[in-house]
Amino acid sequence: MSGCYPKRPANLASRVLKGEAIIMNPADSSLFNLNETATAIWLAADGRTTLREIVEREVCPRFEVDSESALRDAEELVQALAAQSILILAEEPGDE
Amino acid sequence: MSSLIESLSQKALDAGIPFGVHIDLTWRCNERCIHCYLDHEDAAELTLAELRGLLDRLADAGVFFLIFSGGEIFLRKDLEQIVAHARARSFDIKLKTNALLIGHEEAAWISRLGVHQVQVSIYSHRPEIHDAITKVRGSLERSLRAIARLRGLGVRVVIACVLMKQNAGDYEGVQRLAADLGVEFTLDPTITPHLDDYHSLRELNIGRDELASLFHNQALTGNADICAPPPPVDDDVLDSSPCSAGHTSCYVSPHGDVWPCVQFPIVCGNVRDSDFLDIWNDSPQLHEVRGIRARHLTTCSACGHVGTCTRCPGLAYMEGSMYGPSSADCEKSFARTGIPSENMRRKAAVPGQFDGQRLVQIAIPHGQA
Repeated sequence: MSGCYPKRPANLASRVLKGEAIIMNPADSSLFNLNETATAIWLAADGRTTLREIVEREVCPRFEVDSESALRDAEELVQALAAQSILILAEEPGDE
Repeated sequence: MSSLIESLSQKALDAGIPFGVHIDLTWRCNERCIHCYLDHEDAAELTLAELRGLLDRLADAGVFFLIFSGGEIFLRKDLEQIVAHARARSFDIKLKTNALLIGHEEAAWISRLGVHQVQVSIYSHRPEIHDAITKVRGSLERSLRAIARLRGLGVRVVIACVLMKQNAGDYEGVQRLAADLGVEFTLDPTITPHLDDYHSLRELNIGRDELASLFHNQALTGNADICAPPPPVDDDVLDSSPCSAGHTSCYVSPHGDVWPCVQFPIVCGNVRDSDFLDIWNDSPQLHEVRGIRARHLTTCSACGHVGTCTRCPGLAYMEGSMYGPSSADCEKSFARTGIPSENMRRKAAVPGQFDGQRLVQIAIPHGQA
């Protein structure tokens, strides 16, 4: 899981309000509000960076957490976001 | 989702961010609806380049919800490019249209670009009624064909029915039609006065009995509570803002004028002359609108409905004052609860001001509301 390449789907509408992402999935009109940590991961999900790299680059230094526990939380998060179709988890890197 | 939207709207309000913007891309139209409030002249519409620049500024300002409306937006040959640019900036997009010009190609790009919702105006399930309102023969059939085309591609469609004397009995038919087509349905019993004559078109409003039957139709409203007498007015109510117009949302005309709302035609600036954010942050008109609290309203602050009324400040402005009442909304409060508004009581006390059955149709002179 830590080696997967998370990617934001192109069809979503989104905006960052006070550090927190607002995401609308037009396919089913579902609306999401992510906290700051989840927003940092979601925004960095370009399909070319592994989850581990994202956590080490975006989460650990900004939120002062150790990488292993941050990675465990991040894995749960990306799976939850993928289940809601607001994140794609690929095994190979792709184009943004 | 509604509670999340409320929470996000409050965040946007606290941060002074315009959360939603309504842009009319053109006032030109290929229908001539009898209730339309617009002048259809093509007067120096914002160009594609200007609109792209505006959309970039809106995205930077934090705008999330975007409505493209008109006039008929599909009369703009560059509509696909405008929507594509907006989607590239990650806006949530709703299109308002009569759908006459949505063919296979248009439906395909609407679906491909991830437009959230297309709202189509339908006035009746009967062609003779709908087409008489739009003044375009065959318009109902063409609009319905486009709706089916959009639905076939999975696009979310909402049928919007503005109710007036001419189609007062047809809303249930339109509601059934929407259900048959698998689309949503919304009803608006308010006629907006023409922007060139704030006292025009009111005669098209449906009557008091018809309005009451709408509000008491639970199959339509889904909520019997809206017909309950209003709770006592307290300081929290009197300190509240009457509407989101100018607070978390605004309107941009085809020529770049910024108003608090499409129904609130007070010019706060023009995006050709000033940066959007400068207008949003510094316009004296927007500051005045934002400063209005229920306790500042000249008549409504003494009205028992003030906490639950749908009072539109734009309609009040067109009626005479943004601090005054909106008689059309007084009618709605009365229709819901059977309790006259303070505005209605005061008018009833002045001989010649109140014909008990026709209040909404009275043309009120400027400054008298």
